[in-house]
Order: sequence, then structure tokens, then C-alpha cells
Amino acid sequence: MIEVRDIGKTFGTVQAVESVSFSAADGRITGLLGPNGAGKSTTLRILATVLRPDRGEARIGGHDVRSDALAVRREIGVLPHGAGLYPHLTARENIRYYAELHGMRGAELERRVDAMIGRLGLDDIASRRTKGFSQGQRTRVALARALVHDPSHVLLDEPTNGLDVMATRALRELVRGLREEGRCVLLSSHVMQEVAALCDRIIIVAGGRITAEGTPDELRDHYREHDLEEVFVRAIAERGGDA
Amino acid sequence: MLTVFRKEVLDNFRDRRALSSALLFGPLFGPVLFAIIVTVVLSQAMSDAERTLTVPVTGAEHAPRLIAFLEREGIDVETGPADLAAARDPVRSGEHAIVLVIGEDYGERFRAGRPARVQVVKDGSAQRTVALAARVEGVLGAYNHQQRVLRLQARGVSPSVLQAVVVDPVDVSTPTGRALLLLGMLTYFLMFSMLMGGLYLAIDTTAGERERGSLEPLLTLPVSRNRLLLGKIGATCVYMLVSLAITLTAFSVSLRFIPLEELGMSTNLGPVVAAAAFLVAAPFVLLGASLMTLVASFTKSYKEAQSYVSVLLLVPTVPILFAALLSIEPSPWMMAVPSLSQHLLVTELMRGESLSPSLTAVSVVSTLAAGALVTWVTSLFYRREGLLG
Repeated sequence: MIEVRDIGKTFGTVQAVESVSFSAADGRITGLLGPNGAGKSTTLRILATVLRPDRGEARIGGHDVRSDALAVRREIGVLPHGAGLYPHLTARENIRYYAELHGMRGAELERRVDAMIGRLGLDDIASRRTKGFSQGQRTRVALARALVHDPSHVLLDEPTNGLDVMATRALRELVRGLREEGRCVLLSSHVMQEVAALCDRIIIVAGGRITAEGTPDELRDHYREHDLEEVFVRAIAERGGDA
Repeated sequence: MLTVFRKEVLDNFRDRRALSSALLFGPLFGPVLFAIIVTVVLSQAMSDAERTLTVPVTGAEHAPRLIAFLEREGIDVETGPADLAAARDPVRSGEHAIVLVIGEDYGERFRAGRPARVQVVKDGSAQRTVALAARVEGVLGAYNHQQRVLRLQARGVSPSVLQAVVVDPVDVSTPTGRALLLLGMLTYFLMFSMLMGGLYLAIDTTAGERERGSLEPLLTLPVSRNRLLLGKIGATCVYMLVSLAITLTAFSVSLRFIPLEELGMSTNLGPVVAAAAFLVAAPFVLLGASLMTLVASFTKSYKEAQSYVSVLLLVPTVPILFAALLSIEPSPWMMAVPSLSQHLLVTELMRGESLSPSLTAVSVVSTLAAGALVTWVTSLFYRREGLLG
């Protein structure tokens, strides 16, 4: 369970997040949808305890991101924007490094690393260095790395960015699998179809604020639009342009 | 922390560029350059002494034995200008370094046991030829002395009566100024290659990690930033230590092939001294690693970090140059200055002197304390969001 209440964040003179409040339930996929620069990434980075909010409160699994960052970090698995792998390490070493930093050792460590390699279909590339990997391969390794400690909350920043059709489909299946396991999944995207295809609940963000929120059906009803893309455009327009 | 440390060591070990700069070019560059410089300095110093010198002599026919003596001493004799007046111009123009003019009455006076005259035409203001002229004059002096001794012995007088006082200089200055400068260079290369050894790691583990986008997910792990930082600085330290060890070994080997004694330097860098130098210089590693990490953390990109940290490499030279040029003796306050103290201690070691335990302790403690301080400052910076750039 992720609960966000009125958080705000300013970088110098730029207000990245003005005021954002929402909650994301366990066993659900929640999507943050918005144009580039709307504040999605900043919100995710605050939840990942990389940034501190200037104001407001955010809790993950009941732990405050500001005062109890270490406890929050044990609860979350993060897929950052761009995979952020170590090119000189093999896929397996990349995953093992994170597992070790999560405190796993010995047989349990190897078992978890093997399990992630199997789950993400990395067997044939596990012992290759990640330097020449395709975007899809990189994303899978990064996802394996993010899930290796079996986190109850998963934060995905633009997970399907740069993936081809097949890789996108595989990833969607995987994210749905995470939901079936009862995890709380929060992902960000600027692609309407992406969010519509995956998410149980959509939160539309523009200009650092939430402009609309609901299930895909609720949003269609609210705006009396059949096409979700029209919904998206109108929801953003309410914040004055493409922010 | 150990996990981070192991990973950074492995990661950079796999990076050929980092590895070659850290463990190959850095440590070998110094000894090789040092060897080249010393060889050039040596060959210059020797060339003047060994080159055969051609000296025009006017009236050589009047003093065949003197001419033979000159030739034995490696001075070739050619026919000189007509007379003293004609000899002035070629010397003044620099065509000849020195011209000897032997008078017509030389032979007659010599046989009679009266002073025979040899005129030496030279330009005392020409720096280039002063050494050559001095050499010729030295040979003339030696001939003079030899003849004196022979004449006294022929008259049954001991030559020692001519020596009222024996002047016997005892030089207490150990290495010459030039040698000290060379030693300073050697310790500078030590420090330089030690820093070079950690340069890539310091940048790669901070600015590089940020640029690759791998820093942000790292910060979402349940590991405190202090531990991440210490693991990174630790890995940098190890590379610096390895680099230092390789450099010392390379110096130790290359110095055997350089005839430093001919420069008046007695440099000993055998295995024991090299090991001692390693221990004395090692405390600087923490300070160097944390300084480079701090500077690299402030920069916005890999490139920027490279240029700033490269400038940082020059910092340890300043005190070393200062010390080498002014040839200072170690004193307690200098031992508190990192890099200067390592320079002084290593220099002492190579001169074959034993180290004062208290001064060494001051150096080790102050350098480690400075390293700890900079590490702490870096950790403060690591807590800031600005780290993410």
C-alpha cells in the first residue's frame, strides 16, 4: 500500500511537483500518466527515497519515506528510468550485486539469483557482460535486479520505453504476474495505450498536479469519451496546455 | 560495504582503460621518464669531459714534450694562428675555445731550468667555453707539476718540501643540488602514479555511476550512503596501493641501470628500502582517494570530473617542488604536511638514512587524519540530493 498526501518538490525555481495525493493498493497496478515534465518521475523518486519531498507525507507499507527511509527501501523494488546496469559486469553479477546489498548471502543468495534469471528468461545471456545488451535485455536484467529481494512494492519508471512489440508484451505479462502475487505495482508512463492496457487505476498528472483519477471506465464516463486518448488530452488541457 | 568494495574492484578490473591507466601507464610512466631524464642529464655531464678537444697551438714545434703530454690527455693539437695577436680574434668570436701560444724561447728556457712561458688565450666571459678552457689549463697545470717534481728529484730534493700546507677538503654536503632535484622528482612520480592508480576508480564510482544512471537505483537499496561511499573509497585505495607497489618495483629495477653515482648521488632503492618507502607513502592513499572522490562527486559529468581530478594530481607537487628546490631538512611541522612529509621520508630512506620514529609517526598520523577528515566531508556531501546532479 502506497499512500501519498499533498507532496511537493521544487528544484531551484522549477516546481516539479506542486501537490500530489493518491493511494495505490496492494494487488493492483496503478499508473501515473502524464506528459513529459508533469512530475511523474519526481514523484517516483520521492517514493524511492532518492529525493526528499519539500512538504507533504508519503508512506510505503506504513513506513514514512522521510523518517524511515531504510525500512521503505527494504519494501520496494525500483526499475529506474534507463536501466542503470554496470556494463562490465555480467547479467548475473548485476543481479547478485543487488541481492548482496540487500543482505542475502550463501545458498539463499544463489537460489534467489537463479530464480530471477529463470523468471525473466535470462538463462542464455546470464553470463554475458551487459555492455552490448539490447534495450529489452537491459530492462529485463534491471527488473530481475529490482525484484531479487522479493519486494512487496514495485516502482517502475517508464518500463516499456524503447522496447519492441514482443518485449513490451513480455513485460506486460510480467507486471500482471506481479499483481497476481499481491504486490503493489506503481508505474509511470506518457503513453496512454500502455497505461490503458495494464493499469487497474489511472492517475493523470499534469503540471505537478493530479487532474483526473479512476479506473479506465470511470475516466471514460467522467469525460463522456469512448477513446481514452481523448480523455488524456482533455485531462491535460484542464491544466493549461502541455505543461 | 564489503560488497560495494568487491564489486568496484571487479568492475574496474574488467575495464581495460581503467586498468591500463591505473596499473600500467601510471606506474611505469614515472620510472621510464625518470630514467630518460637522468640519462640525458648524465650524458650531458659526461660529454664535456669525454669529448676529445682540439686546441690550436702556436709554436708547437718549440715544445714537443708538452704537446705529447696534451695528446696523451685526450687533447688534439692543431697548428694555431701565426702569433698572439692573430690568436685573439678567433677566440673572441668563439671559433676556438682556447688557443695556446708557445714562445720561441720556450725550449731554451726550459732546458736552462728557467720558467718557460705558455700563453693561454681564452674568453673568460663565454659560459660555453669556460669548462673547456679550464680543462686545458688543468692539463697544463698537471704537466707543470710533473716537471717540477722531476726537477727536484734530479737535484736530490724531496718534492714534498714544496708542500708547506696540505689542503684536504672534506665535503659534508651529501647529494648535490641536482641530485636532490632528481630525488624530488622520483618521489613526485611515486605520488603521481599512486594518484593515477585511483583516478579512474574515483571518477567511475561517482561521476561515472551517476552518468550511467546506476547511482539512483543504488540509492534505493537498504544500505546507508556512508557505507556505499566507504566501499567506493576503499576500492580506490586498493588500486592506488597496487599502483604504488608497481611503481616502486619499477623504480627499484630501473635505478639499477642508471649510473647515478656518477652524478654524486648515492641512491639506494633495494627491496628493503622500497618496502619501507611503500609503508611510508601508503598513508597518503586514503587522503588521495577521498580527495579525488570528493572532487569527482561535485562535478556534473565524467568529462568534467576528469579535468578537475587531473588538476588535483598537481597538488602534491607543490610542496615537493618547494622542498626539492630549497633542500629543506625535515622538521616536525613539515611532517604534518601530507605529501611533503612522504617526500621527505622517502628521500631520507633513499639516501640510506634511518628514519626518526617520532617524525614518521607524525607523518602517518597527520596524513591519515587529513584523509579521515576529507572522507567525512565527502560523506556529508553524499547525503545531499545534489549528488544526483
